[in-house]
Amino acid sequence: MSALLDALAAEFHGEGARREAFAAALASGLPTKRAERWKYTSLHALEQRTFTPSASPSVPVDATGLAGIPAPRLVFVNGRFDGALSDERGLPEGVSLRPLAASLEGDPRETAFLARRFDDTDEVFARLNAAFAHDGAVLRVADGVHGDGPLHLVFLGAPAAADVAWHARNLIELRRGASLTVVEHHFGTGGHAHFGNLLTHVHLAAGARLLHARVQHEGTGATLIARTDAVLAREAEYRRVDLELGAGLSRHELNVRLEGGGARLLANGVLLADGSRHLDTRLCVEHIARDTSCDLVWRGLAADRSRAVFHGGITIRAGADGSDARLSNKNLLLSEGAEIDAQPVLEIHADEVKAAHGATVGRLDETAMFYLRSRGLSVADARRLLIGAFCREPLRAPGDAALVTMLEARVEAALAASVPA
Amino acid sequence: MRRAHDVTHRARSARYDFNDPRFPIPYFPALHPMLKIDNLHVRIAGKDILKGLTLEVQPGQVHAVMGPNGAGKSTLGYVLAGREGYEVTQGSATFEGRDLLALEPEERAAAGLFLAFQYPVEIPGVNNTYFLRAAFNAQRKARGEAELDSMQFLRRVREKLQVLHLKDDLLQRGVNEGFSGGEKKRNEIFQLAVLEPKLAILDETDSGLDIDALRNVADGVNALRSPERAFLVVTHYQRLLDYIKPDFVHVLADGRIVESGGPELALELEEHGYAWIKDRIAPGAVAR
Repeated sequence: MSALLDALAAEFHGEGARREAFAAALASGLPTKRAERWKYTSLHALEQRTFTPSASPSVPVDATGLAGIPAPRLVFVNGRFDGALSDERGLPEGVSLRPLAASLEGDPRETAFLARRFDDTDEVFARLNAAFAHDGAVLRVADGVHGDGPLHLVFLGAPAAADVAWHARNLIELRRGASLTVVEHHFGTGGHAHFGNLLTHVHLAAGARLLHARVQHEGTGATLIARTDAVLAREAEYRRVDLELGAGLSRHELNVRLEGGGARLLANGVLLADGSRHLDTRLCVEHIARDTSCDLVWRGLAADRSRAVFHGGITIRAGADGSDARLSNKNLLLSEGAEIDAQPVLEIHADEVKAAHGATVGRLDETAMFYLRSRGLSVADARRLLIGAFCREPLRAPGDAALVTMLEARVEAALAASVPA
Repeated sequence: MRRAHDVTHRARSARYDFNDPRFPIPYFPALHPMLKIDNLHVRIAGKDILKGLTLEVQPGQVHAVMGPNGAGKSTLGYVLAGREGYEVTQGSATFEGRDLLALEPEERAAAGLFLAFQYPVEIPGVNNTYFLRAAFNAQRKARGEAELDSMQFLRRVREKLQVLHLKDDLLQRGVNEGFSGGEKKRNEIFQLAVLEPKLAILDETDSGLDIDALRNVADGVNALRSPERAFLVVTHYQRLLDYIKPDFVHVLADGRIVESGGPELALELEEHGYAWIKDRIAPGAVAR
C-alpha cells in the first residue's frame, strides 16, 4: 500500500457510497505507468507522500490575487469554501451558486450528481473524490436564463502548517437554452506543496451554451489532479479554454460526451511547461449522436527539464453519422532536456464523418529567429515574440473580447517569467 | 547642453570601444567607405561559397551585384546581416569602420544595416505594427535614443505608408501572414522605410514579382534614396535595374567580383547573359 493511501485511510470516516468508493480506491491503488491512461505520468513520488486533511475553517490567506477577480465569485482555500473571500453579489436571477458543503445539508436531490459511480480501476482519483469531497461549487442555471458577465470559481492554494490534500467536486448545470460564462482560477498565494483533487461535472441541456475558461497557475510545488466530465444534449454548445501555466504536476482529464444531435464542443488549450513542471492533458471526446462536432486546438511548450503530455482522443461511435471532428496539436520543444509526448487518437465507427487530426513537435524556427533579429530584436525578445504568437491561436476561441484579453495577459505574464532573457 | 570642455575631457579620458554602438566612431566618408568588404571568404557546411570578395560602398551610392545562380549572391546578404552557419574563413567586412562580422544580427541592425529578404518569413499571430515598433524601439534603445510611444510610432508609420503609396490594412495584419509574393516584398520595403537604415541590402527583391509589383517596389526604393543612405541591390536579372538605377554594377561569379563597371555593364549582361564570364573564373585566370 502507498503512504498516500495509508494516510488517507487514517482520516477516513465516511459511510455508504463513500466507504464503497474508498474501498475500491484502496483495492486498486494508484495507477502505475503500465496503465495506458497514465503511461507518461508517474505518480510514484506522489504515492510516497503524506498529507493532512484540509481543515475548515481555513488558514489565513493573502488575498491580493483576488483583486482582479470581480464578483460574483466563490473562493475555495485549499479546497474549502471561504465565505469571507467569496462574493455572490451580482448573481443573475435564475442562477444558483452554492458551496457543496451547504448543498449537502439540504435536499438530497440537489446532490444527486454525487452518486455517479466510477468503475474503471484507474479512476482512483475520481473514487477518492467520491469518498472525500465535501466541498466545491454547485452551479445551476434555470431554463432560458442568460448570465451576462463571467462567474468566477477560485481555487487558492495557501500555505498551511503541513501539506494538505483536498478533494473538491463541482457541478455546472445549464438547463434548456440557458447560457453562461464561467472562469475557473487555480493559483497559489505562497509556497506550498498541496495535493488537490478536483472533479467537475458539466451538464448542458438542449440548446444550452457554456463558455468555460480555466486558468491553472498554481505554485511550482503543487500537485493538481483535475477531471472534467461533460455531457451535452441536443444542440448544446460547450466552449472551453484551458491554460496550464503552473503547478509542479498538473493532470487534467477532459471527458466530453456529445449525446444530443448537433451538440458542439470547442475546446482549446495551452500547456506551458518550464523548470521541472510536468503537465498532462488528456482529452476524451465521444461523438454519440448524429451531426455532432468537436474542434480542438491545443499548443504545448516545454522548456528546461519539463515535460508536456498531450493525449487527444476522439471516438466517433456507430450511428454518429455526419459528425465533424478536428484536432490540431502543435508543440514547441525549447530545450534539450525537455520532453513532449503528443498522442492524437482517432477512432471512427460511423460512416460519413469528417475527421482531421494532426500533432507536431518542433523547435523554434531558426529562419524566423534570424528574420526578427535582423530587424533589431534581441534573442530574448525574438523568442518571446515567436512563442507568444505560437500560443495565441487557442486563446481566440472564446470569442468574448474581454475574456480573450484576460487569457492573453495571463499567458504573456507566464511567458515573461519563464522565457529566459 | 554639451560644452566644448566636456568633449575635450571625454576625448582625453575615454577608452574608445569601437564596437559599442552608443559611441559611434566619428565617421569620415573620405577615410572609410560605409561598407568595406575585403577578400571575404565564406564557407557553409564545409563548402566554400564566397572566395575572396572585395567591395566598397559609400553613402548615397547604389551598387548592383549581379550574378548567375549559385554565385554566392544570397550568401553575401546573409553573411553581412549575420545569419548563423556562415563561417568566415578569411577576409573582413567593416561598416563605418566597425568590424561587422563581430556583431550579432540585432547589433548590425542597430548600427544601420538592413536586409530585405528574398523570402520574407511569415510569422502568424504577430501583428505587423507591433512587430515593427518592437524592432524600431529595440534599435533606438541599443543606440541610446528615446523610444517612441505607440501614438508617435503610428504617426511615423502612416507617413511612410503615404510615401510608399501603401494601404493601411498592412498595419493590422500578421507579419507576412498569408501575403502574396508581391505583398511580402512590399512589406520588406515598408520595414525598410520605417527603420531607416544607413545601408539596405536587397536580396533578389525582384524575384517572383510581376512587372507592376516590380515597378511598385522599385518606386518605393527610389523614394528612400538619399545622400546618406546606400543600397546594395543583389539580383539575377537586369530588369530591376531599369527601375532602380545603380551607380555601380558588379558581376559576382564563383564567389568573387569578377567585373565592375557602370550601369552599362548590366545592359551588357542582359545582352550576352552570364556565359561570357566563364573564362574569367576558369582556374588559370583566377589569381589566388
